[in-house]
Amino acid sequence: MQIKYTDALIIGGGLAGLRSAIATGAKGLDTIVLSLVPVKRSHSAAAQGGMQSSLGNSIMGEGDNEDVHFGDTVKGSDWGCDQEVARMFVNTAPKAIRELAAWGVPWSRVKKGDREVVINTKKTTITEKEEAHGLINARDFGGTKKWRTCYTADATGHTMLYAVANEAMRLGVVIEDKKEAISLIEKDGQCYGAIVRDLKHGGFIAYVAKGTMIATGGYGRIYKQSTNATICKGTGHAIALNIGAYMGNMEAIQFHPTPIVPSGILLTEGCRGDGGVLRDKDGYRFMPDYEPEKQDLASRDVVSRRMLEHIKKGKGVKSPYGDHLWLDISILGREHIEKNLRDVQDISKTFNGIDPADEGEKGWMPVLPMQHYSMGGIRTTPEGQSVNIKGLFSCGEAACWDMHGFNRLGGNSVSETVVAGMIVGNYFADFCLETEIDISTAMVKKELKRQDDYILSLLAMDGDESIYDIKDEMRIIMQDKVGIFRNGEDLADAVEELKVLLKKTKNINITKKNRLLNQELEEAYKVPMMLKVALCVAKGARDRTESRGAHFREDYLKRDDENWLNRTISYWENADDLEPTLKYEKLDIMKMEIPPAFRGYGRKGMILENPLSQKRQDEIDKITAGHTGDRYELQDKLMPYTLQPEYKSKNQRLGDEDE
Amino acid sequence: MSREITITALKYNPSDSESKPTFEEYKIEETPGMTLYIALTKIKSSIDHDLSSDFVCRAGICGACGMVVNGKPKLACKTLTSDFKDGKIELLPLPTFPLIKDLSVDTGSWMKNMSIRVNSWIVANEETDISKLEKRIEPEVADEVFELDRCIECGLCVASCSTAIMREDFVGAVGLNRVARFSIDPHDSRTDEDFYELIGDDEGIFGCMSLLACEDHCPKDLPLQSKIAYMRRKMVKV
Repeated sequence: MQIKYTDALIIGGGLAGLRSAIATGAKGLDTIVLSLVPVKRSHSAAAQGGMQSSLGNSIMGEGDNEDVHFGDTVKGSDWGCDQEVARMFVNTAPKAIRELAAWGVPWSRVKKGDREVVINTKKTTITEKEEAHGLINARDFGGTKKWRTCYTADATGHTMLYAVANEAMRLGVVIEDKKEAISLIEKDGQCYGAIVRDLKHGGFIAYVAKGTMIATGGYGRIYKQSTNATICKGTGHAIALNIGAYMGNMEAIQFHPTPIVPSGILLTEGCRGDGGVLRDKDGYRFMPDYEPEKQDLASRDVVSRRMLEHIKKGKGVKSPYGDHLWLDISILGREHIEKNLRDVQDISKTFNGIDPADEGEKGWMPVLPMQHYSMGGIRTTPEGQSVNIKGLFSCGEAACWDMHGFNRLGGNSVSETVVAGMIVGNYFADFCLETEIDISTAMVKKELKRQDDYILSLLAMDGDESIYDIKDEMRIIMQDKVGIFRNGEDLADAVEELKVLLKKTKNINITKKNRLLNQELEEAYKVPMMLKVALCVAKGARDRTESRGAHFREDYLKRDDENWLNRTISYWENADDLEPTLKYEKLDIMKMEIPPAFRGYGRKGMILENPLSQKRQDEIDKITAGHTGDRYELQDKLMPYTLQPEYKSKNQRLGDEDE
Repeated sequence: MSREITITALKYNPSDSESKPTFEEYKIEETPGMTLYIALTKIKSSIDHDLSSDFVCRAGICGACGMVVNGKPKLACKTLTSDFKDGKIELLPLPTFPLIKDLSVDTGSWMKNMSIRVNSWIVANEETDISKLEKRIEPEVADEVFELDRCIECGLCVASCSTAIMREDFVGAVGLNRVARFSIDPHDSRTDEDFYELIGDDEGIFGCMSLLACEDHCPKDLPLQSKIAYMRRKMVKV
């Protein structure tokens, strides 16, 4: 049994993990990044449409700044986010995108003069300013007041991931792929590294570190239909749960409006951002009827629900895979599609035999909302450290940091990965620099042996259950009972059924008994982990008797700011428990920069208001009315927040001095 | 109308001294729109739990699932079973890369070595102040760089390449394209002489025999041959 020592251990090699590694590497720390797959194959690569950053270069983004981005993010979250974290985020996003440009992301650039765009299905000419020529361009996205989503065609995550991975390589960061962390080393509430399985050779290695970061992305694969890559199983969350770490808002699951049917591969929100529209079986564009303001570009939770609502009225298109709706981008024209939406075109042609650039209904793509993003995750402080396990950090989709609350805006996730990689990565580096550890090799060996025994016990099981069947059943339960529309009865059933499945995982039989290169064995230890994550989602959803953001209860239709303006904390109290324990973390309205109100989209009159919201608004109005300084000083008066000085500095924009 | 298709896959575990390479045959019912990802997932969960293969994004974006399909290197997730009229599909692991097991190969180590060999990153001679306006780039130039940045390191060009089989250290079309990409990026300060240092030999630009299979099999339709020719003309001048 091998033990490796390092200063900083980062589990997960997507954008968040790699950017954090650059932060720790830059501070001179020995850093190891572990990844299930070669890092450039991480799920970050699948982000298509773009990254939100309030540069305001394009004429359609004019007047954008951190304040507008902040407002959109808070409303998008349905007031579930941590507003101080959202502030940290919006102030760093412009710096992140400029750093990425310098590392070689070929961001689409503004070209001066006239260009034709499609707005509200009509061709419209906009004129880009001469002084903006050559600066980073942006497209429209859902739930935003400005065109703020910066992009490289529809392969934005790919170019970002390559740039960040290349930069990490340049700095000599140690990246080990085909390595899977299967447990964390914990003693007295502190994390000291991980026990890791080598997927090429099957053996165990213990990595002992001063600080451990989990950046393993989301847990979408607990659902039958998900846009997520096959590796997004939530095992990073499960190993944290297994040492008692708190999860936040696990029930906050985003369903994206436009994955293609039936494969579930994502078609970017950029399709609608660029002017594409949703249509029903009659070819009718229905979204403006439901959402007159934002139309097809309301936030994802709202559009997904409106789509299903419309299908329930009998307006869906019948297919062997159930009813679906159409996504029409043919109105954008072939030239635009083949330049800016080429992966979408490739996906549609390959998997459905439809060329979306073909005019009229021939080019319409079948779409249906499916699981897409996990707002919940490892609950951390604004510095990114677990709220209850010392030395355990988390960032990116894996974390509940929490800038997304109950609904994430499109373009804010890839943005979060790099921004959190910068901010949390730096706090993580500081922690590793300040921390000395004295963990005994005997203790590490004990944990190694425990995992070794566990694998042997799995191989020795002689039951009659199939791990593949258990997994399929779990994914169907989540799909049918913990989906877009939720109700108490189904959710209660889901929790009980998932508990039964968790018991069944102790009664399986693995066909081949070899320890190495045995993908069935891998399933055997992953599925119980996935079930624990699924139970956090289902139980959190069962007990949250309100509708907020993506969490929608048919039996509790209103957002309840009086009783539910809080964050669900789920954790495993005892290792043998069959379900998580829940508790709640209150959000303080009186500290918010924007107190709860109507989002500007979605159904009106569906809020049970908290009287403090008005009280805080009055307070804010008074401060604002009496304010004489600039917007930065006003912000500081309303809600001061802490951020590293290099990230808190002002962002220069076009027209600001000293270009 | 569904039909039965036959998938034959190589099975071999090189780390197991008992294991011998064999072909295993699987018969499954084809479903509409079935890809090799769907077919292999079905085989793995219901017929042969021991069969190994690699899929990540299953959408043709990540490049993890390259394999040889009826003699041609392809991304399995983007390959439809309906494309094979006789319903017979033979799967082999990608050549050139070390075999892990069955259809699973280690492309990661190869790509990492290549990346380090060609210094696959921006080399800048100026510091960037990220709180200031970004450097201006001509929109057409950004688009050109993006075009070459679309490579997903799937390794199909390497698996199709005769030079790569003969010369272990040949950087392949993937590596030469990468250098072409940085050579046109205005953020990169390297000169043609610098790039010559990296690829001006038979393991680099002069190893290519212009057999064109790389471009034929590239799933992203990258202009590999013209970019290799472009780099070669530049390197000859150095």
